[in-house]
Amino acid sequence: MTGSSFLVQVVALARRSTVRTLRQPAVLISALLFPMMFFSINASGLDAASRLPGFPDAPYLDFAFAFPLVQASLFGAITAGSDLARDIENGFFDRLSLTPMRPAALLSGMLTGVVALGLIQGVVFLAFGLLMGVTISSGIPGMLVIVALTVLVALAFGGLGAMLAIRTGSVEAVESAFPLFFVAIFMSSINLPRNLIEQDWFRFIATVNPISYLVEGIRSLVITGWDAQALLLGFGCAAAIVVLAISGAAASMRTRVA
Amino acid sequence: MGSFFQVAWAVAGRQTYKYFTNPAFLAPALFPLFFFVAFAGGLTRVGDIPGFNYAAGYIAFQYVWALLQAVTMGGAFTGFSIASDFENGFARRLMLAASNRYGIILGYTLASIVRAFMTGALVTVLALVTGMPITGGFDFFGLIALAVLANIAATLFGAGIAMLLRTQQAGPVIRTPIFLVLFLAPVFVPLNLLTGWIETVARLNPFTAILDASRGFLAGDPQNVPQAFAISAALILILSFWAVFGLRQAEKAG
Amino acid sequence: MGRDRGIIVEGLVREFKKGPRAVDGIDLRVEPGEVYGFLGPNGAGKSTTVLMLTTLLPPTGGTARVAGYDIVKEGPQVRGSIGAALQEAALDPFLTGREHLNLQAALHGISRSERRKRGNALLERVGLQEAADRRVRGYSGGMKRRLDLALALVHEPQILFLDEPTTGLDPQSRSALWSEVSRLARDEGVTVFLTTQYLEEADVLADRVGIIDRGRIVAEDTPEALKAEIGRPSVEATPAGPDERGAVVAVLGRFGEELPSQPGTVAVRLSGGASGLADVVRALDAENLKVSNLRLEEPSLDDVFLAKTGRSLEGAGDRDKNQAEEAQA
Repeated sequence: MTGSSFLVQVVALARRSTVRTLRQPAVLISALLFPMMFFSINASGLDAASRLPGFPDAPYLDFAFAFPLVQASLFGAITAGSDLARDIENGFFDRLSLTPMRPAALLSGMLTGVVALGLIQGVVFLAFGLLMGVTISSGIPGMLVIVALTVLVALAFGGLGAMLAIRTGSVEAVESAFPLFFVAIFMSSINLPRNLIEQDWFRFIATVNPISYLVEGIRSLVITGWDAQALLLGFGCAAAIVVLAISGAAASMRTRVA
Repeated sequence: MGSFFQVAWAVAGRQTYKYFTNPAFLAPALFPLFFFVAFAGGLTRVGDIPGFNYAAGYIAFQYVWALLQAVTMGGAFTGFSIASDFENGFARRLMLAASNRYGIILGYTLASIVRAFMTGALVTVLALVTGMPITGGFDFFGLIALAVLANIAATLFGAGIAMLLRTQQAGPVIRTPIFLVLFLAPVFVPLNLLTGWIETVARLNPFTAILDASRGFLAGDPQNVPQAFAISAALILILSFWAVFGLRQAEKAG
Repeated sequence: MGRDRGIIVEGLVREFKKGPRAVDGIDLRVEPGEVYGFLGPNGAGKSTTVLMLTTLLPPTGGTARVAGYDIVKEGPQVRGSIGAALQEAALDPFLTGREHLNLQAALHGISRSERRKRGNALLERVGLQEAADRRVRGYSGGMKRRLDLALALVHEPQILFLDEPTTGLDPQSRSALWSEVSRLARDEGVTVFLTTQYLEEADVLADRVGIIDRGRIVAEDTPEALKAEIGRPSVEATPAGPDERGAVVAVLGRFGEELPSQPGTVAVRLSGGASGLADVVRALDAENLKVSNLRLEEPSLDDVFLAKTGRSLEGAGDRDKNQAEEAQA
C-alpha cells in the first residue's frame, strides 16, 4: 500500500469543489448578489444614523461596507457545508472513503473551494463598494488586507459548516442552521457601533460575539486606516474560529471514516 | 355560487388542518421575529436621530414592520404550499373535484389569513414581552385590517406564481420580490429621513403607504388612512386577476 | 494461498439500535475468481452485509477477511484491494464522467499519465466514450451504473462488490452490465460479490448463490444444484375454452400434483421430470382437448426461495411472472 501523496489528493478534491461551485451559476450569483443588495439597502436606509452623536466620522456607506464581506462568508459556509452533507447523504462520501483518501485531504480540498469563493466575493465586493463611493482609508495595501481577512472569515465559517455537515450528515440540518448564522451576524456591531447600542442585553451579546471583531477589523481598515488593535482582534478571532472549527471537523471526520 | 364557497371552505379546511399537524406552519414568523430582535434591540438609538418623530417609540416602529413582514411572508408560504401541492399531484385531484375552481383560490386565501393571525400573534407577543410600550389611543383594529389586506395581497401574488410554475422552484420567485418590497420601504427610519435613491424607491413603493398608515394606527395618530386602504384594495384587485390568470394557465397545462 | 483474493465470513452480525438484527450470524466463503450471488428480497440484509465487508459499517459481531485482511483491523488494506459499486449510484451531478474517473484515480495515487490511459480504457469498456465529457446530471440510469462500475475498477481491484447493480435498469442496460461482469470474472480473474433481488441475475451471473432472508443464509450452492434440490419441473396449460378446464385438470392430474396457477391456467408439478411433457401432449390429444398455450417450467430460484422460506421473493417474484405473461401475450 503506497497510497497517494497528500498533496495530490488535496489538489484533486479542491479542483472538484471549485469546479462544482463554478458550474452552479445560480449559487454563485446569489452568493454575490444578495450581500450587495442587502448592503445597498441597509447603507441607504440607515444613512441618517451617521447623524447620531458619537457615530464615527464617516458616511454610513463606509461604515456598512463590512456587512457584505462578512455576510458573503455565510453563504460560502452554507454552500460548502450542505455540499459535504449531500455527499454523505447520497453515498459519494462512501465512494471517496473506499479510496486511500486521507480525511484531512477531503477537508482541505473542500475548504480550498470555500477560499476560492471567498476570494471571488472579496474582490467583487471591493470593486462594487468602490463603485458605490466607499473610501478605503488604508489605501491599496489596506484593500489587500481586507480581502485577506475576508478569506480568513470565509475559512472560519466554512470550517463551522464542515463541522456541522460531518456531525449531522444531513443537508437539512446544515440548511436549517442558516438562520442561526444570520442571527449571529446581526447580533453584533454590524449595524451600529457598540457604543451606540442602547439596550444593555444587545450590547452585551454584541460584545461577546466574535463576529463584532471580524466586522470591526474590516471596518477599521475602511474608516480609520491602520488600527493595530482592531486588526489584531479581527485576525485573532478569525484565526481562533478557523482552528477550533477545523480541529472539530477533523475530529468528527475521524469517527466517520473507520 | 354555492359550489364556489363549498370548494373554498373545503380547501381552507384542509390547509388549516395541515397547520395544526405540523408546527412548521409558524416558519414565516421566523425571519420577522429575528429582524425584530435585531433591529428593535440593536438600533434603538436610531430613534434619537433629529427629525425622527414617532410617538410610540423605536420598538413599536420596528414592530409594525415585523408584523407586516410576518403576514406577507405567511402569504408567500401559502404560495409555497400551493406549488408543492401541484408538484405532488394533490392539486390535480383538487382541480378535478372542484366544481368551481375559483373557490380553490379563495380557500387557500382563507387558510392564509388563519396562518397570518397566528404568525402575527407570535410577533406581537414577542414585541410586548421585549417591552413595547402600549400607549393609549391607538387603533388596533385599523392595524389588523391593514395586516389582513397585506396578507391577502401577498397570498394572491404567491398563488399566481405557484400556479404558473407548479414546481417547488416557485419558492425563490415568490419570496424574493416580497422581500424586496418589504425592504425598499422606510424600514429603519421614517420616510422624511430617507435620502437618495432609496427615498425615490420608497416613495414609489405601494407598501410604504400601508406601512406608514399602520404605524400611524399604533401611535394613535392615523395618517393617510384612506390612501392606504385604497392602495390595498387596488393591489388585491390586480393580484386577484393575476391569481386567476395563474389558475387558467394551470388548467391549460392540465 | 489463493485465499488471498477470496472472502471468508464467520458469524457476521450487525445489530441496529432499533429493530431486529439486520444481519444475524452469516458464514460464507467466496473463492478467488468466483462470482458469488447474494440473493434475497428487500430488507433481507444484503446491503448491510456489503457495507460491512467493504469496511463502511463496523460489524457488531463475528469476523470477516476480505482479500486476506481483517475488515475491522485492516480497513485500509481491505479498501486497497476492493472495488465497490454501491446501491445509490452516488455521483456528482456537476462533474463529467471523465472528471469522476480522474478524481477517483488521483485519490488512489495513480500517476497523471496512467490516469488518462486507464480513464480512456474504462470509458470505452463501459461504452461511455461519447458521454465522457458531459455532466453526469444528464446521464440515464444505465449510464450512471456503468460509470459507477468503471469507478469501482479504476485501481484494478482483485475483488469487486456490486450491490444490486441492475436494480431499476431497462433490460438492455442490464444485459450489457451482465456481460461486462462476466467478462471481468472470466478474463481478469476478478472475484465478484454481487447482491441482487433478481433471480434471473443470480442465475445468469453467479457461480454460486447464497439465499438470504431476514439476516440469515437459508441456502447456498450453485444455481443448478439448488434448483435440482427442489426437484422437478412443472407444466402449465391454458385451456382453449373455460368449459374445458375441468377436463384439462383431470388429464394433467395424472402426471403430478396440481400447483397454484394464474387464473385461466392449470399447472402441475411433473412427477416424472421434464420428459413427461410429451406424454402430457399425447394425453390431451387423446381426449381431444385443445389448449391455447402449453409451457414447461424449470424449477426456478424462486421455487427454491419459496421452499426454504415459505414465502415468494417479494417484488422480484411478481415481476418475473409479469414478464412471463407479457412474453405469452
